[in-house]
Amino acid sequence: MTRRSTGEIPLPSIVKDSVRGSVVEEELPERTVVLGIGNVLLSDEGVGVHAIKVLAQRYEQSNQVEFVDGGTAGMELLPLLEGAHHLIVVDAIRCGQPPASIVRLEGEQVPAYFKTKLSPHQIGLSDVLAALAFKGTVPGQVVLVGVQPVKLSLGMELSPEVSVRLEEVVSMVETELAKLQSCTAENRRICNNLFL
Amino acid sequence: MTTRITIDPVTRIEGHLRIDVEVENGKIARSWASGQMWRGIEKIVLDRDPRDAWAILQRICGVCTAVHAICSVRAVEDALKLEVPLNAQYIRNMMLTAHAIQDHIVHFYQLSALDWIDVESALKANPSRAAHFAESHSDWEGNSYAVMAHTQERLKAFIGSGQLGVFTNGYWGHSQMKLSPEVNLMAVAHYLQALEVQRCSAKIVGTLGAKTPHIQNLAVGGVSNPIATDSEGVLTIEKLMQIKEHIDQIGAFLHNCYFVDVAAIAAFYPEWLRMGAGVNDFLSTPDIPIDTKGTRFMSPGGYIQGGDLSTFKPISRFGDTYFTGGVAESVKHAWYTYNKGAGELPPWKGETTPAYTEFQDDGKYSWVKAPTFYGKPAQVGPVAAVLAGVATGDRKTISYLDRLNEKMSALSAEKVGPSALNSTLGRHAARVIRACLAYEYLKANWQLLMDNIGKGDMTTFNKPTFPKGTIMGVGQEEAPRGVLSHWVVIKDGRIANYQAVVPSTWLAAPKNDKEQLASYDVALLGTPVADPARPLEALRTIHSFDPCLACAVHLTDVERNTDVQVTAL
Repeated sequence: MTRRSTGEIPLPSIVKDSVRGSVVEEELPERTVVLGIGNVLLSDEGVGVHAIKVLAQRYEQSNQVEFVDGGTAGMELLPLLEGAHHLIVVDAIRCGQPPASIVRLEGEQVPAYFKTKLSPHQIGLSDVLAALAFKGTVPGQVVLVGVQPVKLSLGMELSPEVSVRLEEVVSMVETELAKLQSCTAENRRICNNLFL
Repeated sequence: MTTRITIDPVTRIEGHLRIDVEVENGKIARSWASGQMWRGIEKIVLDRDPRDAWAILQRICGVCTAVHAICSVRAVEDALKLEVPLNAQYIRNMMLTAHAIQDHIVHFYQLSALDWIDVESALKANPSRAAHFAESHSDWEGNSYAVMAHTQERLKAFIGSGQLGVFTNGYWGHSQMKLSPEVNLMAVAHYLQALEVQRCSAKIVGTLGAKTPHIQNLAVGGVSNPIATDSEGVLTIEKLMQIKEHIDQIGAFLHNCYFVDVAAIAAFYPEWLRMGAGVNDFLSTPDIPIDTKGTRFMSPGGYIQGGDLSTFKPISRFGDTYFTGGVAESVKHAWYTYNKGAGELPPWKGETTPAYTEFQDDGKYSWVKAPTFYGKPAQVGPVAAVLAGVATGDRKTISYLDRLNEKMSALSAEKVGPSALNSTLGRHAARVIRACLAYEYLKANWQLLMDNIGKGDMTTFNKPTFPKGTIMGVGQEEAPRGVLSHWVVIKDGRIANYQAVVPSTWLAAPKNDKEQLASYDVALLGTPVADPARPLEALRTIHSFDPCLACAVHLTDVERNTDVQVTAL
């Protein structure tokens, strides 16, 4: 897979120096962001964040794979997602499936899904992706791992039904990361570290 | 003929907002702003240790995480009458102002500019004329011919690949889009540059707060940033010097780009300086404390009635009884019920008991409560803060207002006097002034921090101790969208009640006990709507408030029947 354009536009040097050095570094190997979103104060709404916590404990953060607890952030996610080549989102989604079902969406389905009225952070993420698309720095590949929530009431714990499936959600993310294994040599090294 | 328009959800905002309006003879005659998701997240901190509340409550909103976190520790500190070390005040002030700047830049360029600029029209621009126009009004480096030409190329490719759909219903070609292709092209170029610059702000918050979007460095009694002039992993002089670089870059963009763009849009859409007036009573709170007790501030605040600056009454300190005695919330038209049928309740006695009905035009129709100040709705936000600055003779506020008028005078005969600020574009003008002021405060607090460290003061934390018995505190903040207050009651060291009265609650509220409308609805009344299927005008006014319903309301999933469903972006 070839590297996507970073959407370079002529920028004032002062701006360029300030931002180019860090996130959108041409020399960097492909970067994957695993983003957990949701509100941890509303039981299963926070399942994405719970999954990220497990992943972040299991693996070391690196320049290539980043685990981000996005909470309910909207436009604040801009700098975190910019220049990522692959984006894996984990979130609670109301998809009309039986309680605690796990679903996978990819590509065009994801932004289309986030444009519907589901929860505040999801509308926010659609705006973030739109802005990044306009700029030419939208992640090349977007996958959503979603869980149909059982309970959305006030509380910081997952429902028992979703809780027992958390490990499955995590392993789905791991599978997605493993699929990226073939992308670049660098990714392969990381994926090996992750899975062997 | 009456046409009912429902915009649900209003997009390019943070959170979930629904607007219902009735259009009669081409103008909005009735309006219902409503939050369609339940709120009541404060309940989660009941019976918890007050020192933990901030870390939990920063999760109530994805936009203003640091804002809520700092307001929460201020509430507990007020209850304890605990002083906050100077270094901690400066560090918090820097996080608040850096966040506010990012919030304002993103709001203007990414969330609301598409109401005013026609992206497709920019394709027809002559890049050389666009550069000439831009360069004649500002010496911003990003205005060159090369930038304009390259932006147009990018846009061509973007539209050519059919991707404009990400901005579905961007209302391109709407009859109310009035900028020339060249000005549209300049605005598109700045839209892209804003995406770069806002990262500088995010980096400041991230460096100080240890993590973003959720900061880690707060504590009741101060901040947990150890300061050292040499060692790694703490707030070093090197890190502070990096922050200074970011501050300078932000300043250049604010002054030479954002400021000029707002002046240009106001000059080209002057009628919007006379439309969209919200409630004419204004409430703001002082902020950016520069002493340990919260009695001296950089940013003034207070209450103005009837738009008359001579009525200004200052709120002079954190916990001022003039403020705490005035705030109450009504639920007559909100989906809650109060024990014993109380009318309005002050937040320290606030209750959050849901009582859902259908959407009732004349009954309950929103999850947002209706706050009042001494019995009346108030407009909060940048306009209120700028007016407080003018009323108190704040030199910096007045000089930015003058500069805005100077910039505008090159483009039009319009003036933005204090009274014109209460309008759709006036709110954008007030917001850019507040963004510039936030930059001034950020720079000043950076210097104060450096000087204080230079004097050998490394203190960042005063340890809290909780007494037996009941104490109450309020945290006040002039957040990006206006007055934010957190109200806490602590009994024997545990939280007994907690209420957050957030800015968008003041603005998006349903009618109160006296049937008075809040600002969103007031501002929409009388607004012309040329095409009910594409209610661009209503969106311009609603977006001008920078709606953020994420913390005002939360989650429900109810099917609704509406006459006209418009999914707007």
